[in-house]
Amino acid sequence: MTNGQTPLLESAIAAAIADAASAGEPLLIAGNGTKLGMLRPVQAARSISTRDHTGITLYSPQELIVSARAGTPLQELEATLAEQGQHMISEPPDLSALLRAPDRPQTIGGIVATNLSGPRRVAWGATRDHVLGIRAVTGWGEIIHSGGRVLKNVTGLDLCKLLSGSHGTLGMITEATLKVLPAPEATGTLLLPGLDATAGVAALAAGLGSPFSVSAAAWLPAECAARVADLAPLGCSAALLRIEDFARSVTYRTEKLRQTLAFSQGEILDDATSRAVWRAVRDAVPLPAAPTDAVWRVSVRPSAGPGVLSAVAAASVRGYLDWGGGLVWLAGPAETATHAAVEAAARAAHGTWMLLRAPESLRTAVRVVPPEPPPLAAITRRVKAALDPRGVLNPGRLYAGL
Amino acid sequence: MIQLPEPKQDVLARRDDIVAGLRPLLAEEAVIAEPNLLRPYETDGLTAYRQVPLAVVLPDTTEQVAAVMRFCHQNGVRVVPRGAGTSLSGGALPLADAVVVGLMRLNRILDIDYANRCATVQAGVTNIGITNAVAERGFFYAPDPSSQLACMIGGNVSMNSGGAHCLKYGVTANNLLGLKIVTVDGEIIDIGGAHLDAAGYDWLGLLTGSEGQLALITEVTVRILRGPEGARAMLAAFRSNEIAGACVADIMASGIIPVALEFMDKPAIHACEEFAHAGYPLDAEAMLIIEVEGSAVEQDELLTRIREICNRHDPISMKVSQSAAESLAIWKGRKGAFGAIGRISPDYLCMDGVIPTSKLPDVLRRIGEMSDACGLKVANIFHAGDGNLHPLIMFDANDAESFHRAEQFGADVLKLCVEVGGCLTGEHGVGVEKRELMPVQFAAHELEQQRRIKTAFDPGWLLNPHKVFPLQAGASVA
Repeated sequence: MTNGQTPLLESAIAAAIADAASAGEPLLIAGNGTKLGMLRPVQAARSISTRDHTGITLYSPQELIVSARAGTPLQELEATLAEQGQHMISEPPDLSALLRAPDRPQTIGGIVATNLSGPRRVAWGATRDHVLGIRAVTGWGEIIHSGGRVLKNVTGLDLCKLLSGSHGTLGMITEATLKVLPAPEATGTLLLPGLDATAGVAALAAGLGSPFSVSAAAWLPAECAARVADLAPLGCSAALLRIEDFARSVTYRTEKLRQTLAFSQGEILDDATSRAVWRAVRDAVPLPAAPTDAVWRVSVRPSAGPGVLSAVAAASVRGYLDWGGGLVWLAGPAETATHAAVEAAARAAHGTWMLLRAPESLRTAVRVVPPEPPPLAAITRRVKAALDPRGVLNPGRLYAGL
Repeated sequence: MIQLPEPKQDVLARRDDIVAGLRPLLAEEAVIAEPNLLRPYETDGLTAYRQVPLAVVLPDTTEQVAAVMRFCHQNGVRVVPRGAGTSLSGGALPLADAVVVGLMRLNRILDIDYANRCATVQAGVTNIGITNAVAERGFFYAPDPSSQLACMIGGNVSMNSGGAHCLKYGVTANNLLGLKIVTVDGEIIDIGGAHLDAAGYDWLGLLTGSEGQLALITEVTVRILRGPEGARAMLAAFRSNEIAGACVADIMASGIIPVALEFMDKPAIHACEEFAHAGYPLDAEAMLIIEVEGSAVEQDELLTRIREICNRHDPISMKVSQSAAESLAIWKGRKGAFGAIGRISPDYLCMDGVIPTSKLPDVLRRIGEMSDACGLKVANIFHAGDGNLHPLIMFDANDAESFHRAEQFGADVLKLCVEVGGCLTGEHGVGVEKRELMPVQFAAHELEQQRRIKTAFDPGWLLNPHKVFPLQAGASVA
């Protein structure tokens, strides 16, 4: 990414993509490249980055919206929101350490293009749920917009959702407008130690199904809890339920939750501890991933999470559960057979998977996301062609040959 | 008046053959072709437009929907999907050469999964039917459009419906997990499921709000949420729209997210009060309904904070509900707003533009000026927290000139919404009604890009054609 183009202006991005399209030469699309370790590697002669296309273009706290150019560092955006007591709703993770990314900040364009969301996703939605407006350059070299700067908008096809999570394969996102919310005054966590995966997920379900607005719910086996400083002294597994609200409500709700779940050993973590623990859960810190291990994110219905963990254990794959059990973080040997075991477990649970980290050889050899049924795969090819007729935008990133 | 397209003469000429071809695919009474029986399907919630379809089919299963689609695809017949027919934008308006596929018989709740907080239902289940099915365990389905007693979940998905409580809980798109769709050529595809994150492209997001342009929806998996411990509403009345608008901005900036924040102007207050006797303040120029959730103590704390904010804006009066019954009474007026306006004026257009909330006072002033200039009354009711305006423009349907002026007024309001940074539609959809206004919001090449995506799903443009995209699109929509 050091010798590619880094245009300042959207018009220059459009010109570069139009030029690549007319030459029929594929482009590697990226921001700061912090997520290039994900999914399939892109074979491209040219590269283009949003890293110099930066800046917050609109922030209206009382309207709950912020717009930023794609190259804007996420941390800069979050700092600006924090000054007004607001935050990113989907709690995007920072996977730079996990992905051994270059020492540069992840960008807002990268978060939207990968649709990565953190623990709050289970209650408040994914990054894509809060993308109100988007500007992008298509493979035709045209600048398009979809959505806008208002909270509700059903005018025309929702290309905000189509482009979010499309990993730069349908368009190069140049600017996004996001819904934001007031950051909670306080955070509290009910910790239930020592439950096995099934009992832990049942407790998470009871909490998420309670009237107390649980905003995150995770279960960490002992070896994962041991990797989080504040949980390590437990020496056992940890089921965690988070409440975020005004301080008095957090006190009230965490206590009500403890009573409702009728678990006498429940412990309530204070604000600072809660924030540290959930930051770790968000960033996959508890994952026991050896340096050479591959990492997967499997998404299933929450009650199927424990079954996925036990199904892959025989393949030396280990991990923990977020999203009430529905997000299974996994790490294990970076081998085709291991990947097949993860794929089989996800399929058996009617879920999806993403190969988040692996050596290029494995990422090239296997399906990094589930294959689509043939009629849908045909639509995928036609939609890709509708937005990128010459196939120059991040070819092969999601699917081989597309 | 929006132009309806010229029907394909060759399709009309084959009408008997087409009906005969559909009959073996469905139960006997499920293929409707007799003119008097087709009449109930000639319009939807946008009753100013009427067109009897070629035929109506009422499939009982997804497989029957697929068989109908295969037949229509093979025979070049256009298809208009229909749920309860409550669209306010003409989304279910038939075409003379089209088969209406009515999905109301797909009305079964297939699965309720409390442990995973989701429910799978067929497309013809009503919005309220989902909440009713899970209410015994204290759960609900969050989006609550005003038509929720009648409107069906398949239509909610097609239009990405909102409601009064989406400030906190989001719109339909934010509350979906999976769909079963039937493509134009009759393929059945499952999108998503009971899990949260899709891999690959976000088909769920693209299909939601696509107004029947991309595929038919036969099953929906929705998120169901546990209700709060309680909820309570309050009223605050103000001396001007500007003051009420400033109060809205202060509430939004305070860190409190009310579960609902509704705004009514003076004509709306009067109409609703006469209809519902909800105790609305008749001396106010503008009124807010604000609802919060939580335990009784939490409700008290939040309402105290909100009252303090309101007090900074010189309110005429405030009334905090003291009971569930009082909250219901406060909502009764708002939820009955359309009926209330109907008593004043039998005919009205309900607009659906969205504006940045900071532009509220300015936009209301300009709507008032337009109302005076064209001589048609307007009442404004809207979701203030998210800037979704519902100006109700009153006219006389027996007077074609009055209807024409109402349509022009409505179009001018929507252009104003776009001009101040908003959009043409927040929850009703483009449909037929706003089709020709799309170039106000999108450049030609942007519309062409959307058309290319439509074409990727529906190469022959058989699905709900002549909606959403302006007619002068050239050969692809001919």
